[in-house]
Amino acid sequence: MQDRRAFLNHSATVALLLAGVGMVPSTARAAWSGPAFEAKSMADLMKAMNASSAPAESKDVTLTASEVAENGAVVPIAIATTLPGVKRMLLLVEKNPNILSAAFDVSDALEANFATRVKMGQSSNVYAVAMMADGKVLFAQKEIKVTLGGCGG
Amino acid sequence: MADPMRIRAQIEGSKATVRVLMQHEMETGQRKDSAGKVIPAWFIQEVSATHNGKPVMTAEWGPAVSKNPFMSFVLKDAKAGDKISVTWKDNKGDTRTDEVVVA
Repeated sequence: MQDRRAFLNHSATVALLLAGVGMVPSTARAAWSGPAFEAKSMADLMKAMNASSAPAESKDVTLTASEVAENGAVVPIAIATTLPGVKRMLLLVEKNPNILSAAFDVSDALEANFATRVKMGQSSNVYAVAMMADGKVLFAQKEIKVTLGGCGG
Repeated sequence: MADPMRIRAQIEGSKATVRVLMQHEMETGQRKDSAGKVIPAWFIQEVSATHNGKPVMTAEWGPAVSKNPFMSFVLKDAKAGDKISVTWKDNKGDTRTDEVVVA
């Protein structure tokens, strides 16, 4: 039978272990850009992506989503740009545990126009980022309010 | 084996919009079960598509993409009868490919 002190100690250990798990998400496999997906901020992400220039806001990048998301588990978002020479389009959610949600490689056969659905833990700014072939990084942002978080149990 | 994807490729002029609905848990690795244990992450990491056998897009996803993910992309140059195939691979190494004919 455990006394209260031992129990508290034990809980603390477990909590630490859990925190450890949270800090280091599942190990990345060969091709997958693990470090990019572990980034917590735009600055970290740009470092992980080897971006050469600082991100700049641009009207030519668009992010389409409704301002209020009723269900944070399923937030439809479309990202697009009309600019030529896009290499990659990224979708970021600022207040998620890891900022990068999805990265799409743009080939010559494609328009830089993607849509998907993401989870959002809470109301947050969402970014559409276009990484250009010439090294420029352009983005558009929008605040999406979430009434029901998508990351809870 | 994972459940099939639903793919629809729709012609608009010379372009084709491809919409894909996958069946996947997309577990984030952030949630805990009722016993307080972390549910291990299980999510699609890589998605790729080919157009008549030629690779046209790849995407990398994190666990923040919703359960049973939806994705759409636009092909610049496609016609009816073209074949589009989509493949995903998750962090456990499971993979699935489905093909659709542009209509």
